[in-house]
Amino acid sequence: MMISQFFVLSQRGDNIVFRDYRAEVPKGSTETFFRKVKFWKEDGNAEAPPIFNVDGVNYFHVKVVGLYFVATTRVNVSPSLVLELLQRIARVIKDYLGVLNEDSFRKNFVLVYELLDEVIDFGYVQTTSTEVLKSYIFNEPIVVSPARLQPIDPAAIFTQGAKRMPGTAVTKSVVANDPGGRRREEIFVDIIEKISVTFSSSGYILTSEIDGTIQMKSYLSGNPEIRLALNEDLNIGRGGRSVYDYRSSSGSGVILDDCNFHESVRLDTFDSDRTLSLVPPDGEFPVMNYRMTQEFKPPFHVNTLIEEAGRLKAEVIIKIRAEFPSDIIANTVTVQMPLPNYTSRASFELELGAAGQRTDFKESSKMLEWNLKKIVGGAEHTLRAKLTFSQEFHGNITKEAGPVSMTFTIPMYNVSKLQVKYLQIAKKSSSYNPYRWVRYVTQANSYVARI
Amino acid sequence: MAPPAASQRYPSPSQPSGKSEVSDLKTQLRQLAGSRAPGVDDSKRDLYKKVISYMTIGIDVSSVFGEMVMCSATSDIVLKKMCYLYVGNYAKGNPDLSLLTINFLQRDCKDEDPMIRGLALRSLCSLRVPNLVEYLVGPLGSGLKDNNSYVRTIAVTGVLKLYHISPSTCIDADFPPTLKSLMLHDSDAQVVANCLSALQEIWSLEASHSEEACREKESLLSKPVIYYFLNRIKDFNEWAQCLILELAVKYVPSDSNDIFDIMNLLEDRLQHANGAVVLATVKVFLQLTLSMTDVHQQVYERIKSPLLTLVSSGSPEQSYAILSHLHLLVVRAPFIFAADYKHFYCQYNEPSYVKKLKLEMLTAVANESNTYEIVTELCEYAANVDIAIARESIRAVGKIALQQYDVNAIVDRLLQFLEMEKDYVTAETLVLVKDLLRKYPQWSHDCISVVGSISSKNIQEPKGKAALIWMLGEYAQDMSDAPYILENLIENWEEEHSAEVRLHLLTAAMKCFFKRAPETQKALGIALAAGVADFHQDVHDRALFYYRVLQYDVHVAERVVSPPKQAVSVFADTQSSEIKDRIFDEFNSLSVIYQKPSYMFTDKEHRGPFEFSDELGNISITPEASSDIVPAQQYEANDKDLLLGIDEKDDNKGLSSNNGSAYSAPSLENSSNITSQMQELAISGPATSATTPQSSFGFDDLLGLGLSTAPAPTPTPPLLKLNPRAALDPGAFQQKWRQLPLSLTQECSVNPQGIAALTVPQSLIRHMQSHSIHCIASGGQSPNFKFFFFAQKESEPSNYLAECIINTSSAKAQIKVKADEQSTSQAFTTVFETALSKFGMP
Repeated sequence: MMISQFFVLSQRGDNIVFRDYRAEVPKGSTETFFRKVKFWKEDGNAEAPPIFNVDGVNYFHVKVVGLYFVATTRVNVSPSLVLELLQRIARVIKDYLGVLNEDSFRKNFVLVYELLDEVIDFGYVQTTSTEVLKSYIFNEPIVVSPARLQPIDPAAIFTQGAKRMPGTAVTKSVVANDPGGRRREEIFVDIIEKISVTFSSSGYILTSEIDGTIQMKSYLSGNPEIRLALNEDLNIGRGGRSVYDYRSSSGSGVILDDCNFHESVRLDTFDSDRTLSLVPPDGEFPVMNYRMTQEFKPPFHVNTLIEEAGRLKAEVIIKIRAEFPSDIIANTVTVQMPLPNYTSRASFELELGAAGQRTDFKESSKMLEWNLKKIVGGAEHTLRAKLTFSQEFHGNITKEAGPVSMTFTIPMYNVSKLQVKYLQIAKKSSSYNPYRWVRYVTQANSYVARI
Repeated sequence: MAPPAASQRYPSPSQPSGKSEVSDLKTQLRQLAGSRAPGVDDSKRDLYKKVISYMTIGIDVSSVFGEMVMCSATSDIVLKKMCYLYVGNYAKGNPDLSLLTINFLQRDCKDEDPMIRGLALRSLCSLRVPNLVEYLVGPLGSGLKDNNSYVRTIAVTGVLKLYHISPSTCIDADFPPTLKSLMLHDSDAQVVANCLSALQEIWSLEASHSEEACREKESLLSKPVIYYFLNRIKDFNEWAQCLILELAVKYVPSDSNDIFDIMNLLEDRLQHANGAVVLATVKVFLQLTLSMTDVHQQVYERIKSPLLTLVSSGSPEQSYAILSHLHLLVVRAPFIFAADYKHFYCQYNEPSYVKKLKLEMLTAVANESNTYEIVTELCEYAANVDIAIARESIRAVGKIALQQYDVNAIVDRLLQFLEMEKDYVTAETLVLVKDLLRKYPQWSHDCISVVGSISSKNIQEPKGKAALIWMLGEYAQDMSDAPYILENLIENWEEEHSAEVRLHLLTAAMKCFFKRAPETQKALGIALAAGVADFHQDVHDRALFYYRVLQYDVHVAERVVSPPKQAVSVFADTQSSEIKDRIFDEFNSLSVIYQKPSYMFTDKEHRGPFEFSDELGNISITPEASSDIVPAQQYEANDKDLLLGIDEKDDNKGLSSNNGSAYSAPSLENSSNITSQMQELAISGPATSATTPQSSFGFDDLLGLGLSTAPAPTPTPPLLKLNPRAALDPGAFQQKWRQLPLSLTQECSVNPQGIAALTVPQSLIRHMQSHSIHCIASGGQSPNFKFFFFAQKESEPSNYLAECIINTSSAKAQIKVKADEQSTSQAFTTVFETALSKFGMP
């Protein structure tokens, strides 16, 4: 159950922090780790798995914002425990630093060491709760400007264009005060849904799944209790039946396949009125994760056509249509499609008056890329690409190209229809009225159209 | 403690060597040391930060130790913390200097601020300097009694640290009993959790030489303690919950009510967002219900959804860990995810390590009802840009085909792969088609027509080429061009770099020759000549052998090289079911990730809480057993192997049932050795299936430890006949020992000759073996020796386990017997005592 060392390495393999808790792993473990990850070639994989063993030492790592968070141990521990721990350490550090990147790390390494000392003692996890840690931590974070937010950061979603939201709030440290010394009383509840859809070549939906999280970040003083009410018609589980046997006939309710909860959540009244109550700890944490395979309307429809045009030429036409209301705007949309590997050139033709669109043919990876800054609900966009081949193709050209994949973010939209009906803060005083932000966002996880 | 000392030795060129910087720091620190000027703490903070930052990047700053300590007289807690960090890191290398720090640390341990008391105590215990342990006992003692829970939490872990520096000091100070009482009475959950982990570690290590520690360790698994923890599990944080759940796994419930009570207590842990908590709970559920088939099945149904949610809600790394466990479960219970196969479809942006596991899942869940969909999906991946995944996908299709579902449709798809004209796709497909034909010869017609049209020039990969050549030889009569293609290949013998391909060419030329002699004769001649001249030993030998056997008699040659074949019904599984069971026992550990039981990748002391070796683990395997006896056996086994007659070869019970035990021959060093051999066998399984039973017969024999070395006539025991070749692996033994109730305890005396012979404990092991009672572990030192034995009934797989403690000074033996069949345990004990009484007799 215990780890021996914890360290964070930069992408170049430099030590950013290093802590040895039990002195049982030989020296040079950081180099061993980095060399192994960098030059991983085993079992045909180009990418090192998160867990491997070198000379009896087990190395665990997760990648967060381009940094390696690594733990080593000689003990046959629970792999989930260590990976979860690494992820959690990253989150605690982010709670403190506000922004997690190499720069903020380097500026605050003393604070990070302070945290690590309290999180783990002699290899055993003590606590990863930002709330609990607060009373043991004395260093003040040196705040780094969140200029370059990594896209992996969930907070980043909200800084991209949505004006209604105080984008900086989610990147502030849990211990830092606002200018002026007063903390703003506020709480954020984000409903983040990552959707995966695979369309067959005829446009039929092969698989679809929503992986959702209700994420909370509280800056409320005095730890008041919070009640979070979800849709009353929410159903969980489908008995013994397979989720894929399901045909959406039994009413219009939101049906989750399954969900799990943060340990602070109390479910006393959940069964009767779909209300979660909790005393939110400080820092960012998922209140609830859920999974849904109930059919939903995919936000984009993709139509791809490849036509041969002579022996060394072909034309690709990609059409995307936004299937959501016109007051919703999707942003940072990217469409990608691998082209046959004998493609030597691609010239693009956008529709008339197209704005905020960029096209690219990545020669080395033979990848077609189409970026759209935003797409308004109901709109349709088309891209034509003329391909030139370096050799004659034989066989079926559609087997050599595709599939088309999309990434996008749609703020204030969620496909599952799961909603936070209200957010109640139990505090007696009538003048107490903190800011409450309930935000929805839909993101593409794996959005693929086969051709 | 903090920075990696290795980089001190190899400073990266981009980083400053730091010599001058360090001496600068030294001077500056010295100036500040005595200063009481306002703002001095701020300057100190800056300097300390510099020191720590040098330490992190690997510059040796141990030379400022004295100055750091001098500056540490401060009330600034941030400064103190940095100083503690520094001291902890360099104390071990500078024991003399460390003495300097003891003073101020001890003083801080009595500070009125509990935070400082705790921090100082933690640093004090982290110095890891053996000759300073005497200074730890006092502060630890008062730390354990501190009224602040933060200090107590640290003190508890401090006790464990002390134990690791000096076990005797820790035991003599009576700390373990104090921890036990804290564990059962403290109001703070983290103090309790730390007591549990500290005591588990201390007692496990102590148990090897202390009966009392053994008992204490057992007592952690008693019903009151388990329920004490489980009833208040929600008071603990998620990590401590994992600790408690791991403890609960080892608990042996008294009856089914007990089982249901525990499951009801833990039911809601399955909804936890932390995957580690969920997996630990799943393990408890699975282990508790092992003996209740119906409930066990329900557990599978119950855990399915939470696990699937974890796969999709976490980071790819976490998904990887969970998927590895799903794979283990699905192999045991394929039905559970059969309807959920779509969850294992790959997403295009997943890392390849996740995709690979998902492909394995898809192969494992395929059955009559979903094969068509799964194979259709896999075919999509075959055109994937990620070539490694494309290959894996094709292999997955092949594996599904070999599982016999809907072969018809699959063969069609495989043949379509060949039309894709991508080298790696073709190569992978050929290998599969070859295996498929070995299992389903009836498809040869369809396959051969397609395979025949493939140009051998387009295949570069040895495996694919070898497969094509095999088919050319095997189906020479159906492929009109076969002799000519082979001839072509043989003419390019020199350019063929792979020995595997050249071996296959020789064999294929022979086979083709038997069927179409006139067309092949010339090519075969060239091949044999080239082969005999080949620098590769195997190729040379095979060519020479073919040449001679042809010279002797062509018909004999045909019978040897190309006998009529039976279709392969089941390809050898790469892992025995016993290994799989072993991994299952180690659910929620690295064994699942590596797909190996823990003894294969980690040394004994680090196997962690997953080994059930409560008593057994304390006893080391005698050096004789590991270094002497087993290898001797091995040679013998090999020799015997060569002498095996045909009849014995057919006896392949070794392959199916016993080779798993061979993995766990009770010797660590050798098990890795054997493992590698076994793996080789497993890998070459299909190709050398004819030889596999032979070799594993050898391994099988190896388990009958000492049988052939000491072929003493087995005396017929009065009541009970024991199986002289009984086999039981240590894991199974441990589990049984844990689960079975004690049926008999007996004390008897050992004759003086026996005591004299015990100077070599190994001799008793050999002696008992000649009575069909096998030793699984032994240990101890004069005058106390401890042995664990097992035996099996001759006629049925009913086991007897025995613990035997012999005290040489009192000449007494204490025997504890556990048995599958309670009714015959007396009979066994009699056999055992009789055998023991003859020990030492000429």
